[in-house]
Amino acid sequence: MSTTTSDIDLKSKIAKAFEAHPDHQNADRKNALAGFLKMGLPTNKSEEYRFTPVARLLEKNFDFDKVSPAESNLTSIDSFLIPGLEANVLVFVNGRYSKSLSTVVSSAKEIQITPLSASDAKTLTTSTDSFVLLNSALWHDGLSIRVPANTNVELPVFILHVSDASSNQSVNHTRLQVTVENDSSLTLIERSASIGENPIFHTFVEEIKIAEKASLDYIKIQNDEGKLHQVATSLIRQADNSILNTFTLTLSGTLIRNNFNIAVDGENCESHFYGLYLLNGNTIADNHTVVDHLKPNSHSNELYKGVMDEYAKGVFNGKIFVRPHAQLTNAFQSNRNILMTDTATINTKPQLEIWADDVKCSHGCTTGQLDEEALFYLQSRGIPMGEAKAMLLYAFAMETLAPIKNETIKNYLDTLISKRLNRLDATK
Amino acid sequence: MAKDNQVLEEITSKEYEHGWSVDLEADESPKGLTEDTVRFISKKKQEPEWLLEWRLKAFRHWLKLEEPKWPNVHYPQINYQDIIYYSAPKKKVAPNSLDEVDPELIKTFEKLGISLTEQKRLSGIAVDAVIDSVSVATTFKDTLSKLGVIFCSFSEAVREHPELIKKYLGSVVPMTDNYFAALNSAVFSDGSFCYIPKGVRCPMELSTYFRINAANTGQFERTLIVAEEGSYVSYLEGCTAPMRDENQLHAAVVELYAMKDAEIKYSTVQNWYPGDKEGKGGIYNFVTKRGLCAGDHSKISWTQVETGSAITWKYPSCVLKGDYSMGEFYSVAVTNNYQQADTGTKMIHIGKNTRSRIVSKGISAGKSQNSYRGQVQVMKRATNARNFSQCDSLLMGDQCGAHTFPYIDVENSSARIEHEATTSKIGEDQIFYCLQRGIDEEAAVALIVNGYAKEVLNQLPMEFAVEAQKLLALTLEGSVG
Repeated sequence: MSTTTSDIDLKSKIAKAFEAHPDHQNADRKNALAGFLKMGLPTNKSEEYRFTPVARLLEKNFDFDKVSPAESNLTSIDSFLIPGLEANVLVFVNGRYSKSLSTVVSSAKEIQITPLSASDAKTLTTSTDSFVLLNSALWHDGLSIRVPANTNVELPVFILHVSDASSNQSVNHTRLQVTVENDSSLTLIERSASIGENPIFHTFVEEIKIAEKASLDYIKIQNDEGKLHQVATSLIRQADNSILNTFTLTLSGTLIRNNFNIAVDGENCESHFYGLYLLNGNTIADNHTVVDHLKPNSHSNELYKGVMDEYAKGVFNGKIFVRPHAQLTNAFQSNRNILMTDTATINTKPQLEIWADDVKCSHGCTTGQLDEEALFYLQSRGIPMGEAKAMLLYAFAMETLAPIKNETIKNYLDTLISKRLNRLDATK
Repeated sequence: MAKDNQVLEEITSKEYEHGWSVDLEADESPKGLTEDTVRFISKKKQEPEWLLEWRLKAFRHWLKLEEPKWPNVHYPQINYQDIIYYSAPKKKVAPNSLDEVDPELIKTFEKLGISLTEQKRLSGIAVDAVIDSVSVATTFKDTLSKLGVIFCSFSEAVREHPELIKKYLGSVVPMTDNYFAALNSAVFSDGSFCYIPKGVRCPMELSTYFRINAANTGQFERTLIVAEEGSYVSYLEGCTAPMRDENQLHAAVVELYAMKDAEIKYSTVQNWYPGDKEGKGGIYNFVTKRGLCAGDHSKISWTQVETGSAITWKYPSCVLKGDYSMGEFYSVAVTNNYQQADTGTKMIHIGKNTRSRIVSKGISAGKSQNSYRGQVQVMKRATNARNFSQCDSLLMGDQCGAHTFPYIDVENSSARIEHEATTSKIGEDQIFYCLQRGIDEEAAVALIVNGYAKEVLNQLPMEFAVEAQKLLALTLEGSVG
């Protein structure tokens, strides 16, 4: 087993891995690496990663200098798909885009999918986040998805990251660029899955642009049972009159960190962010969201709910910025948590920073447990304790599914959640 | 109406009421901070060896620390070698009665509206006044001592009750706690000490009045309050400083220690000089305040009205160690012009069935920045902890900022934690309603702000509540229209 390495050791290993990268002569990649080496992995002294022991877990579990095997015996991805959902499926296996496993149904008129080139990383090389820099330096493969103007893409785009860790540990970095042009709409689903028992480290960076009057529905499903350590960063920019709906479901994984940075850079925008984390075992799930209102007259609404069981740890940090001149902004945020055991933890920090006076902003945050009277009521009607708990938790969780319009996806998520909640009560 | 206008004019032309300084002959230490400065202060105060050792230990630790950078405030680097760490009004050899106090000093306090003699006797408040660095007079000592209440200056307590000081000094805020607490532990010059014996309900409000008078000085005082089993005390603190162009540093430490069934109520009206309209000058108020609910069923309540200071950096906190103990924090923080405030509280739930309540009202105007930063922490063994937090911000004008940084860390499944925050401005309809009733805009704002802050102001003792209301109106004057 690998032992804990020092920060310097880790940096030199990553520098070595960079040398082995086929595109290591690229200047943008070099800049990003230099930035990363200067910063290192964030420790608990860093405000953004204060409650998430990411550096410790990575140092303990990964040999960064060993390049992960690009080869995989994966032949079928059926078990990772949403049953009954017709979609454009784009598959990455160990960070490489697999054309043979992917299927694009929609016509090229509706949706243009092209490989990303290294120069597309440019804007991110000056990021202040270590993992974005690491990804910018080391990403193997990426895609650009563009929806032309005045197009309503009927079939969702399903992005599947499969990490094959059956023979060795898997370290991979992928990225994505999504542009939804004027008056167009798209549904995007993203899911991480794994095979094998070895640890997996995956960084994922995506840049999303939503142009005027366009809309995007974005659903993230994180229920992989493997030893997944994932840091996903989504940088989203909204133009005038655009609409964004996101839903993030986190059920398992070793360490899942989601960064959602939304720049509301237009007037009359609507943004809805919903999230649900139902955690058990030793899972650590960390959701960081930033909603940055740069222009007046927009509306944002955020609701994240969590249930922490066993030894799980939930972290939530929601930032709302309302910049000067972003008058008449309405921004709401709510974070609700239930702790099932005394060994579970929740660290939450809802943060408001307002520089404009004519705004309506509020946030609320609660931590509690199931209502004893409600439980008693159900029991008095002959419902056993475990079932009663599952029922109440189910009601608690379902509110976050509200923004999902596609019935097939909604039903699938509903099944995932119910399955988890029923298992949860079976352990009691 | 004409009379009203006159009154208003009077108010609006007022800048900072307490901006005068008095030429008191002062006994000062040389500028700068070295081990010798610490020794100098200790020697001046004729302190015992153990206290000097304690100070030196704190000083050596301070050298190892770095100034905290995380607060949401900005100021030029402080040169700690350019500060006079000890300044005492001369001519003072422990006055036994008020007749012996320097007449200049008495005048100073009369200007402040604190007469050390008659006035307070009528209102029944015992006052300990601290000018620059030393406590100059304490009133009502005899009445209090009959009940066994000790209320005196810190240096006097070191001389007369060394066993108590030795036991409780640094027990709530250890000298290693943070940068400014360590600095204070090394160079603190005086302060107040208060001890309430078992079962005694202190019959009057106790009060400390702080004033920085001399130029170039920093004020570093310490307040220590110990409430024995079943006792009760209500304590008030007020502060003013002269108007000066340079920034002055105030780094105080306040420690509260509540035993079983004891209750301490600590109220502050902070009105240090905030700097002028361009943001020049003003006090840097970097204060560490913490209360320990050591015994079961104990209660500590902080109430603060923060209107002054160029920069405020303070988090009056409660460590709820005893079972069924309770912590409260009520705050109104007003910033105008270029003031910056980063204030809030910490509620650490350790004991079982502990409860805490946070009500914070921030008001920002002009070009100021106002932050609430708070933490509610529930430890693993703190079953049935209960917390309710509410932090509201009111913005006046589009050049100021309001920020909220609440941390909620829970490790126990039976905890019930609620936090809510809102940000808004004074409604145009509210102002319109007042105008319609013949209340002009300035008065309307004062009225609405007072209503907004009422929940906190109600917690203040009577005399302070009146002062606080006036202060609110004064701080916000000229911020409308």
